[in-house]
Amino acid sequence: MNRRISKILLSGAALIATALVSANGHAQDKPIRIGLVTFLSGPAAGPFGVPAKIAAEAIVDSLNAGKVPAPYATKGFGGTPLELVIIDEAGGATKQVAELRNLVQRQEVDFVIGYIGSGDCLAVAPVAEELQKITVLFDCGTPRVFEDASYKYVFRTRPHATMDAVAGAMYLLESRPGLKSYGGINQNYAYGQDSWADFTAVMETLKPEAVVTTSQMPKFGAGQYGPEISVLLQSNSDVIHSSLWGGDLEAFMLQATPRNLFTRSQLILVAGEPYLHRLTGSIPDGTIIGARGPSGVYAQKSALNDWLRQIYKERAENYPNYPAYSVAQAFLGLKSAYEKAKAKGASGTEEIIKAFEYETFDSPSGKVMMKLGKGHQAVTGTAYGATRTVNGQITVGNVKYYSVERVQPPEGVKSIDWIKAGMKPGKW
Amino acid sequence: MAQLLAVLIDGLIYSSWLFIIAVGLTLIYGVMKILNIAHGSLYALGAYSAASLAGFWIKQGYPPMGSYAVMLFAAILVGLIAGPVIERGLLRFMYGKDEIVLVLVTYAVFLILEDFVKLVWGVDPYFISQPYGLLGSFVIGDLTYPNYNLVLFGAAVIIGVVLAWVLTKTRQGKMLLAVIHDREMSGAMGINVGRVYFITFTVGAMLGALGGALTAPMISVQPGIGAETIVLAFAVVVIGGLGSLPGAALAALLVGIVRAAAVHYRPELDLFSIYLVMAFVLIVRPKGLFSVQEARKI
Repeated sequence: MNRRISKILLSGAALIATALVSANGHAQDKPIRIGLVTFLSGPAAGPFGVPAKIAAEAIVDSLNAGKVPAPYATKGFGGTPLELVIIDEAGGATKQVAELRNLVQRQEVDFVIGYIGSGDCLAVAPVAEELQKITVLFDCGTPRVFEDASYKYVFRTRPHATMDAVAGAMYLLESRPGLKSYGGINQNYAYGQDSWADFTAVMETLKPEAVVTTSQMPKFGAGQYGPEISVLLQSNSDVIHSSLWGGDLEAFMLQATPRNLFTRSQLILVAGEPYLHRLTGSIPDGTIIGARGPSGVYAQKSALNDWLRQIYKERAENYPNYPAYSVAQAFLGLKSAYEKAKAKGASGTEEIIKAFEYETFDSPSGKVMMKLGKGHQAVTGTAYGATRTVNGQITVGNVKYYSVERVQPPEGVKSIDWIKAGMKPGKW
Repeated sequence: MAQLLAVLIDGLIYSSWLFIIAVGLTLIYGVMKILNIAHGSLYALGAYSAASLAGFWIKQGYPPMGSYAVMLFAAILVGLIAGPVIERGLLRFMYGKDEIVLVLVTYAVFLILEDFVKLVWGVDPYFISQPYGLLGSFVIGDLTYPNYNLVLFGAAVIIGVVLAWVLTKTRQGKMLLAVIHDREMSGAMGINVGRVYFITFTVGAMLGALGGALTAPMISVQPGIGAETIVLAFAVVVIGGLGSLPGAALAALLVGIVRAAAVHYRPELDLFSIYLVMAFVLIVRPKGLFSVQEARKI
């Protein structure tokens, strides 16, 4: 009888131990499943989605092999290997909401890293919250995610797009103090509208006498820009601001270059870095290029940057562009939080969230601080430069770096309010 | 005045492009009563084939001017392969079924071809920008336009005139009009309706592919371009009256001019301009500008 009771007790204890292990983390043999959502098709796939996917796969392999430089040398996440479940972000916000539910409820992923489109980020964030699944937004730009709402399970390891406008305008005015007029062409959706609103607000603050000539807002994926280019040509603007990206940017450049638009107006492409090697011959010299952070061509030398460039180049023709750096920040930020939680004895969802909030971690583009959105939104400094062609290759020159306090609003202040109030540097 | 002139030129160029992408769709609907959603994929296949073949041509160092002939060849090739495969392999088994069923079938073909494109060409964009700038440019007022826009305008006019001539002046065209008017009676009078369908679909596919081939030098050719295009083409065809060639031409002109005017004078309306035109036309003429009167069958 005693023997039978002992057997039952032992079995019960084993079951409880197993349950505790799965609740607090992962058994060594069971990989951590990460849902990666990125554009695999559509206009954003080539310059954004696919580089992010290539980088994610290379990073996961490198993490699993324990070949990432310090402080990320531990294999996988805390010794547990990683496994990717990759989903195409194409199809719109409604589809992404369904895909997120699918990832969490059917695929049973442990974490979700994803989303390039701002519309997708705004749509999935409340659903991630409802599903109580840690979701790391890796690339989307709209500041509205954490300025209009507050989330417990959602993090964004990349700075939001306000810095594009702030640093872009600063760079522009430093290199062209006599600027008299500017126009814009931006996509008619969340990111495009935010980008233009931020840029005009910054310009009104820094250069109130400069005149806005025109604001063109073609629909996302318009493809044909003949009338818009005519308006921009007739506006005779000193500068044209654009946050166009994906196939839209490429089509615009292909159509605008033969019409001599850029001999009349200087161009500032706030999200232009991923196109540098794709639009040789169509990006004129002197175009101001942003990368939302010191990423891609602006990333400074470090062991982590060398590592990312090496593992990416082994799988692709070119060196990583900024979406590749964005996805690296997401993986390394999450790994850092996971291991910090595990070091304290538990790596359940609650503990990881606590470790992630207000975390500071190293990345290939420098230090990343989770200091906005109650510790859920990353900030970094940023960089801008201007294109120049050397031996038929586009490079960037006259690179300037901007510290975080100059280009990001402090916690609790909305970007647009901070800009309109004169962009007083906060304390970080 | 300069702005008004710019509106007219921009509108005409955009109209030409709209007509080229929509004409194949309206031709197929007019004859076969099939709203061919796969038209968007045929456009994409034309664009990819043109970009690949013309890119290869230029890379080999052959005369760049030859790239235009290569683009045309690519469109014809796509039409000659995809048209018969879709029509003979699938659609002919569906004739006589409800129009909605045929819409669903062509939608399925659209989805299959979208994946086929990704399978063959991958997700990276293709560029073939040389033909866009090769012909030089013309200047009107303070605006520069590539002469390639004249190619688009010329292509639209030639396609429209040739189709109108074939339909009204040739024996084959008159047989086709008879099929449009009454399929059963045409068959009873000895017209090979199946053959007319086959030729019409192949020509329609060729026109869809030609739209893509002519657009390729102006855009980055990448997955998804077909979906964007079919929506616009559909709107033009609906405004013009399903199946009406002059209707498609007038609708393209109307939409092109209205959109250009919106961009120049009220950019915030650009997004809705085409749908505003569609809504207005459909309120006044629910079956489109040139809806074909249908005889009531007893």
